[in-house]
Amino acid sequence: MAAISREEVAHLARLSRLAVTEEELDTFAGQLDVILQAVAQVGEVAAADIPPTSHSVPLTNIFREDVVTPCLTPEEVLSGAPDAEDQRFRVPRILTEDVAS
Amino acid sequence: MSDLTRMTATEIAALVAGGETSAVEVTRAHLDRIAAVDDRVHAFLHVDTDGALAAARSVDERRAAGEELGPLAGVPVAVKDVLATRGVPTTVGSKILEGWRPPYDATIVQRLRDAGTVMLGKTNMDEFAMGSSTEYSAYGPTHNPWDLSRIPGGSGGGSAAALAAYEAPLAIGSDTGGSIRQPGAVTGTVGVKPTYGGTSRYGLVAFSSSLDTPGPCARTVLDAALLHQVIGGHDPRDSTSIPQPVPDVVAAAKLGATGDLTGVRLGIVSEFVGEGAEPGVMAAFRESVDALAKLGAEIVEVSCPTFAYALPAYYLIAPSECSSNLARFDGVRFGLRVGDDGNRSLEEVMSLTREAGFGPEVKRRIMIGTYALSSGYYDAYYGQAQKVRTLITRDFTTAFERVDALISPTTPSVAFPMGARTADPYQMYLADLFTIPTNLYGGPGISVPCGLSEGLPVGLQVMAPTMADDRMYRVAAALESAVGTFTPPAL
Repeated sequence: MAAISREEVAHLARLSRLAVTEEELDTFAGQLDVILQAVAQVGEVAAADIPPTSHSVPLTNIFREDVVTPCLTPEEVLSGAPDAEDQRFRVPRILTEDVAS
Repeated sequence: MSDLTRMTATEIAALVAGGETSAVEVTRAHLDRIAAVDDRVHAFLHVDTDGALAAARSVDERRAAGEELGPLAGVPVAVKDVLATRGVPTTVGSKILEGWRPPYDATIVQRLRDAGTVMLGKTNMDEFAMGSSTEYSAYGPTHNPWDLSRIPGGSGGGSAAALAAYEAPLAIGSDTGGSIRQPGAVTGTVGVKPTYGGTSRYGLVAFSSSLDTPGPCARTVLDAALLHQVIGGHDPRDSTSIPQPVPDVVAAAKLGATGDLTGVRLGIVSEFVGEGAEPGVMAAFRESVDALAKLGAEIVEVSCPTFAYALPAYYLIAPSECSSNLARFDGVRFGLRVGDDGNRSLEEVMSLTREAGFGPEVKRRIMIGTYALSSGYYDAYYGQAQKVRTLITRDFTTAFERVDALISPTTPSVAFPMGARTADPYQMYLADLFTIPTNLYGGPGISVPCGLSEGLPVGLQVMAPTMADDRMYRVAAALESAVGTFTPPAL
C-alpha cells in the first residue's frame, strides 16, 4: 500500500509554499512514497520509554552582558532584498482587497 | 622551486614564513591551476581572484614588517559555498540565492582571514548541502579528479575535488550527514567532521541545525588538524557552540604520525562490516585494520545495534529541521523573488519564488519534513526518530566504555558514475549509511584515505567521543604514516 497519495503530496506542497506543477506531483508522489516507506522503519524500534533527543549538546539558557556591539547598517541589511523602501523590506500585498479597503 | 600546488599546507606555510616564496606567488600558482583544470573539474562556483591576491599581498606586507604570522599564513583555502563571505557571492548551490552577496562574514571565514589564509573562492555543493554527489547543485555537477565521469561525493564535492585536483591545499566543508567525510573518502582526501558545537555555525546557511557541523578538508591529516585549530573553538554568536577550547588536534596528529598506537583500543563497528559495503571497499578496510594492529592498536569488534536505524532516523530529523529552516527563503529579505506583478498576494509570490528557486531534492526534503512534523504523524515519525537518536547516542557511549575510538569504512562504495543514482533519491541516501550515526550522536569523525579499489580511493572512518577530536586525529595520522597518501592520475 502506498504511504502517501498524490493528493496528500499536493497538500504538503501547499503547506510548504511550493507552487509545484502537475508533472512534479506525479514524480514526487512516487519518490516520497519510497522515502516514507523506508524511513517508517524507525517504528520497528522499541522506544516507548526512551526520552527523545533534540540536540547533542546539553543546553542551558544563559545570559550575556547587555552591551552594545557593532552591527550591520540598515543599508547593509537591505542590500540583498528583492525590494525595499524607506529602510524597510517591501513585500507583496498581504491583505485581500475587501479587508484592505 | 618545485610545483607549489603539489605541496601540503604545512610545507607552503614554512616556505612563506621562511621567505623562500611569497603568499602572492603561492596564490598565483593556485589561481593558474584553477584556470587550467577547473573547466573540467568544476570544483568552484566563484573564484575570487582579486580578493585572494589582495589577501596574499597583505600577508607578504605583514611578514616584511616583521609581524608574527600564524601557522597557516599565506596558505590558500577553498570555502564551501554554504558559508557567508562578505561581498563575495554565496549561493549554497541554489538558484534561490543567485547573486546574493552577504553583508557579513561567517565566524569561520573571519577566523580564516585573521589567520592570514588566502580564500581562493567558493566551492560547488549539492543545493543547500542536500545530496551525496554534488549532482544536485543548481550550477552543474563537480567531477571527480580521479575519474571525471564519476561523482566527487557530496554535498561538499567541490571542496574535496579542489584538493584532489591540486587547486587548493586546504578547504572548508560542512557535514550534516557525511558531507565532508564521504567526499573525502571518494576523492582520496582527508575530511573531518568536528564535534558538533566545536566549530561555529554563525554564517553557515542552515540546513539541519542540530546536525550541521562545519569542518576542515585537506590532503594530509596534519594539514586538516592545523586548519581545525584555526577555525575551531567557542563563538558567542552561536548559541550551540561549546564553551571549551578545541582539544590539541595538531599535537595529536604529530603524535599519530610517529606510527605508534600502543595502548589504543579500536572498535570495528560490526553492523558496518557485514553486507553493507562492496568487496573492494572491505578489502582495503581489512588491510588498514591489519596496518593499525601492526602499529600497536588493539582491535576488537563492537556491536552498535541501533546504527541500523540511523539512516531512517536521519532522513526524518534532517528534513524536519530543513522544512523549518528553509521557510526563511520567502522572497522578502534576500535572494530571488518571482511573480510579483503588483496583483499577486505575498503567499502566491512566496510559492512561485520557492517553486522557481529550489531544486527537486530540496523540495522533496521540505515536503518530507512537513509531513513528519504534521499533527497525526509527528509521534510516529519525528518523535520516534528523536527517540532512536537517544538510542544511537547510548550505543556510542556504551561502545566508548570499551574502546577509545570506533572505525569503519567511510562509505559503502567507491565513487559511483555520474547519473547512477539521481533517478532514485533513496539510493543516493545510502551513500551516507556509515557517516550518519556520528552526526546524530554529535561526536567527531574523520575520513582518511586507506587504499584503492579498482583504481579509486577508499576511506577509513575514525569516530571518537564528543570533544575527543584529538583521538581520531592520532589514529588517522598513524594510519596515514603506514599506508601513505594517494595521488590521482594527471588531469
